[in-house]
Amino acid sequence: MALDMELESVLRAPALEMPPYPAKVITLANSKKMVVRQAKRTEVPTLLGAVRPTLAIDKDFYDIVGARLYAELLGWNRHRVRNEYCLVGQIDGYVVGIVNGRMVDKAIGMSYHTMAIDRGLKIGTHLFAAKMEYHIEHLGQEEVWITAESPIGFRRWMIEYDLIQQEGVQHELGGATSYKLTRDLYFASKSRLFAGQRPVPQDLLDYALQNLFIADGKAIKEKICGTLGGQQ
Amino acid sequence: MRDVAIIGVGIIPFGRRDEDSLLDMLAYASLKALDDAGIGDQGVDAVYVANMGAGILQHQTSVASALVDRLSLMPAAADAVENGPASGASAIKNGLLAVASGYYDTVLVAGGEKMREVVGWKATDFVATMTHPEVEYPYGITLPGMAGMFTRLYMEKYGLTQEQLMAVAIKNQKMGTLNPYAHVDMIITREGIQESPDAVVNNPVAADPLHFYDMCPVSDGAAAVILCPAEKAKEISQNTPVIIAGFGQATDTHTLQEREDPTNLKAVTLAAKQAFKMANLTPNDVDVAELHDAFTVLEIAESEHVGFFKKGEGGKAAEKGETTLTGKIPINVSGGLKARGHPVGATGVAQVVEIVFQLRHALDKNRQVKNAKVGFTLNFGGFGNNVVAFVLRRSE
Repeated sequence: MALDMELESVLRAPALEMPPYPAKVITLANSKKMVVRQAKRTEVPTLLGAVRPTLAIDKDFYDIVGARLYAELLGWNRHRVRNEYCLVGQIDGYVVGIVNGRMVDKAIGMSYHTMAIDRGLKIGTHLFAAKMEYHIEHLGQEEVWITAESPIGFRRWMIEYDLIQQEGVQHELGGATSYKLTRDLYFASKSRLFAGQRPVPQDLLDYALQNLFIADGKAIKEKICGTLGGQQ
Repeated sequence: MRDVAIIGVGIIPFGRRDEDSLLDMLAYASLKALDDAGIGDQGVDAVYVANMGAGILQHQTSVASALVDRLSLMPAAADAVENGPASGASAIKNGLLAVASGYYDTVLVAGGEKMREVVGWKATDFVATMTHPEVEYPYGITLPGMAGMFTRLYMEKYGLTQEQLMAVAIKNQKMGTLNPYAHVDMIITREGIQESPDAVVNNPVAADPLHFYDMCPVSDGAAAVILCPAEKAKEISQNTPVIIAGFGQATDTHTLQEREDPTNLKAVTLAAKQAFKMANLTPNDVDVAELHDAFTVLEIAESEHVGFFKKGEGGKAAEKGETTLTGKIPINVSGGLKARGHPVGATGVAQVVEIVFQLRHALDKNRQVKNAKVGFTLNFGGFGNNVVAFVLRRSE
């Protein structure tokens, strides 16, 4: 699509400088190696393919999370969201989870969404932790604002991290109560909740960077919903 | 007393079954069992339903008569059996006695539980209602907490190790991936849950010294069996009959603190002894066993208390692979509660269903114990205060 770059420069949000997220590798409970790395804007169309099947899954609010994440990734790709980033988890090149957020300003981070495509291996937990790590340790922020759209999210974030409820503070995702992770809370939780090793072996990292695969829609739905539940 | 045979079994996949009510699940499993027995259009004389928590979790009572109505089995007699996590085997025992006495000829026993309707901590609290209401529950004890303390004592007394517990977890989760009815369909590895630097996050301490992967999941599910007099089994059904050769049931103190030695699961030993005596068999005769591994430590402790191994040897045997599919005594090749899941009211029935599959030689090679003729089940209620055991035998 041809753009009028003069007008585009008005519509595009100026971005804060964001140091990159250094990739890490996490050994999962089944010994699979999940590479967690920062996604590139050019990878958004592929990532949207992983999110699209979730729009039809109401289980655990995947439809809402999927719809919003889809819009956020589009917004990032088209430069309509300021200071956004996206991290992906990959196993053997396949996308198994996506998280995103943005810098509100130098001190405050805004956590957007956490989507695990492969379930049962704490992938969402690991990726959410990576997101918090990015805000606090690499972007050097003081706090991250978080809300939850599903009971699983509430349990994994608000309870596991003992987040601080922020009465009267509006999270950008609206709706539910806003909570925050402070630097103190982050470091108090770090040994318990944060996994991953650096540097990522070069061959593993190269493979992840060069191969961003997504499972087909049916497989994604099965991974999320399970193949057994509901069968008679 | 007449010998009693199992001529039909039914089970539905355990897990999160958001779309199904408790009654739906009980009905699915029961219909499968009736069809399996080949008496789907004939009805039964009586129905026993094992369930622990519908009154609390679903605000529903009288589930047995509700199931009879749902299946149009009127005017079959209907009884609900609530005996904590041993409800399933208790219900089978009641059905067994009813048939053995000569009063009923065909009995349906179904067990089911819908636990995923509430969040995890509410499910844990619900299960904790079986603890003593004055000296345990008010102080916040949970079943994982009890299991943690029991494990620590067992480690101190018998030298049980984390590696031995892990061997049970890895074995059962591997077998769960082969069982189409299992809740957990995921292999775990020693590297992933213990050795790698990330294992501490993957497998955190849940109730010291037990870790996350030492625990069974919270599940929805149902299972059912059809009982009849052994002498009529072949005329009623085409299936290879499985005879309930022996049963035993015993009760221990409600609180662990009142036991002279909390590591001694007396009710397990007594229930097993009764079952073997009635069957005129010994633990050495058993080809395949389903033990109540709500926590990995229980599989090991029970394997010793029922007589498969000497005290202190069960952990070593698990670590050496003696309880695997091809080992000396295959235990929980269904995945056990650890992987199949533990919908409390369904578990005791599901254990028997699994053994019937084994004794019929009806499973795929990767899960079938070769030429299995005698099976054993142990359903463990409370923290060993109510235990039911069965010895099952293939009828040739």
